[in-house]
Amino acid sequence: MTNRISQKLQEDKKLLSIYFTAGYPSLNDTVSVIEGLEKNGVDMIEIGLPFSDPLADGPTIQESSTKALKNGMTTEVLFNQLKDIRKTVSIPLIIMGYFNPMLQYGVEAFCQKCQEIGIDGLIIPDLPVDVYNEEYKSIFEKHGLVNVFLITPQTSDERIRFIDSVSNGFIYMVSSASVTGAKSGFGDEQTQYFDRIAAMELKNPQIVGFGISNKETFIAATEKAKGAIIGSAFIKHLTAFGADKFDTFVNNIR
Amino acid sequence: MSYNADSRGYYGEFGGAFIPEMLYPNCEELRQNYVQVMQEDFFKKEFQQLLKDYVGRPTPLYFAERLSNKYNTKIYLKREDLCHTGAHKVNNTIGQILMAKRLGKNRIIAETGAGQHGVATATVCALMGLECVVYMGEIDIERQAPNVARMKMLGAEVRPAKSGSRTLKDATNEAIRDWINNPVDTHYIIGSVVGPHPYPDMVARFQSVISEEIKWQLKEKEGKENPDYVVACVGGGSNAAGAYYHFLDNPKVGIIAVEAAGKGIDSGESAATSALGKVGIIHGSKTLLMQTTDGQITEPYSISAGLDYPGVGPMHAHLFKSGRGEFISITDVDAMKAGLELSKLEGIIPAIESSHAFAILETRKFESDDVVVINLSGRGDKDLNTYIDYFKL
Repeated sequence: MTNRISQKLQEDKKLLSIYFTAGYPSLNDTVSVIEGLEKNGVDMIEIGLPFSDPLADGPTIQESSTKALKNGMTTEVLFNQLKDIRKTVSIPLIIMGYFNPMLQYGVEAFCQKCQEIGIDGLIIPDLPVDVYNEEYKSIFEKHGLVNVFLITPQTSDERIRFIDSVSNGFIYMVSSASVTGAKSGFGDEQTQYFDRIAAMELKNPQIVGFGISNKETFIAATEKAKGAIIGSAFIKHLTAFGADKFDTFVNNIR
Repeated sequence: MSYNADSRGYYGEFGGAFIPEMLYPNCEELRQNYVQVMQEDFFKKEFQQLLKDYVGRPTPLYFAERLSNKYNTKIYLKREDLCHTGAHKVNNTIGQILMAKRLGKNRIIAETGAGQHGVATATVCALMGLECVVYMGEIDIERQAPNVARMKMLGAEVRPAKSGSRTLKDATNEAIRDWINNPVDTHYIIGSVVGPHPYPDMVARFQSVISEEIKWQLKEKEGKENPDYVVACVGGGSNAAGAYYHFLDNPKVGIIAVEAAGKGIDSGESAATSALGKVGIIHGSKTLLMQTTDGQITEPYSISAGLDYPGVGPMHAHLFKSGRGEFISITDVDAMKAGLELSKLEGIIPAIESSHAFAILETRKFESDDVVVINLSGRGDKDLNTYIDYFKL
């Protein structure tokens, strides 16, 4: 599949991916955040579609989601904000969100809209692999969307092989048993986990998320993996400094 | 048609396990073990012994003569209000704490709304000497001070859920997050037939003792095992699941589910999920839930904290959708009236949740020879302040 994500994964460098919550800090910041991140050399962006009950997220992303919803963010508003995004932005864009809002929009309609806009992939933490395979895989593929699955230190080798076999972009390696933003830094357990996954020689590259907030953790996470995702630390930056100055944040990471 | 969960945890189109990968090992360990463990002789013996000696089972099936005369039908009350801790909730927490021990867990977490499930969980943790953390919405902590004190006396730590609307659904989110952060040593005791597979089925099986007893008790009193109707209130739906369980596959037994209409179905302040909900995902389960058109989960309302949940267990969603269950919703006003009536006619002060089930007698007519079993899921002690304020007692 030729997709911006696949192309980006072939580049000979460690990838920096940033997650942010759409409509945060202000409703209309979405596009300027994306443009600003690309301008500062970020390789890939995960656009968070806010949800009222984000089970896998810690307080930072919960609060940004609550605020974004209060600001008036909806699936429809997000699609409208993004409709001309491909006129200015060329890096891969992924929408990350929980399954219920997509289900209410209609999965087929959601995927079609993503394709029209130029979204390259989706990360849906609470859509299980087996349900995806049986009910939605053909829809995603029809619209050229990469679906990204998560693995954790508790995921068995057998299940990792299975997830690798059904993935067609990259694997999202959750660094520790935690919700987002819970821990910073890596210990021996993470190092062993990174080594274990590297030794499996999976067909899909891995990008590490959860627990990455600065240069040190970025380097540690990408020693074996293809890239790393920063979420909560960037949301904190947005909260503190607003949606227009990202050069120091990005430069402090690499 | 089957009304129980299939091997993947589906009731018709509802159920399943819509969980993030971080929870997969936790749920998978339970899924692979729960049926087998529950069938082990040693497990069954210990469970039944505790239900008898500690909970006080079997609970009576009581023929309510004055109530029956008033409504000209034969009404039996299944007295779950007489269980230790004051409600049916403890049937499930006893079962799950034994399951947790069997799986080698040493730390227990739970969510609670009004505090009844939190108290039932703290109770069994004290009984077994296990660490217990109960998540409770910050707003509920203020509203339910006596139950917070009970949990503390029993040795549990009560952690406030400060996110979202700071009530039951947010306490459930926090408990799930705790489980993500502690995947190895912790068991999550969910309090109702909700959440990802295998919880709805496991909790229904632990609560099924209610209908198991109704069968032989009714045989003794009426000479037949099956009533014409079983009536229960439904929030998440655990007392109802237990009361219906052994009658689900017998179409001659009418299943009546009573939801909380709050201030009225169209008032914007209601918890009548079957009337107001649409298919979606809540707490890892595909079911009917109250939500915006955009798929954000909305906050329900009922005077009864135990019915104040925006979703409903997948078993009940299926009973509604398939037409097997008759769903009726009852307003705060009618529930309170029914609670007062039961107190005066039978000398039993019911929990406000259970009062909803009694309120259908005003409008839902039964034949004079119908045998109607109403599940009296809890006693009203915990609701005394609400009764006092409402009736200016």
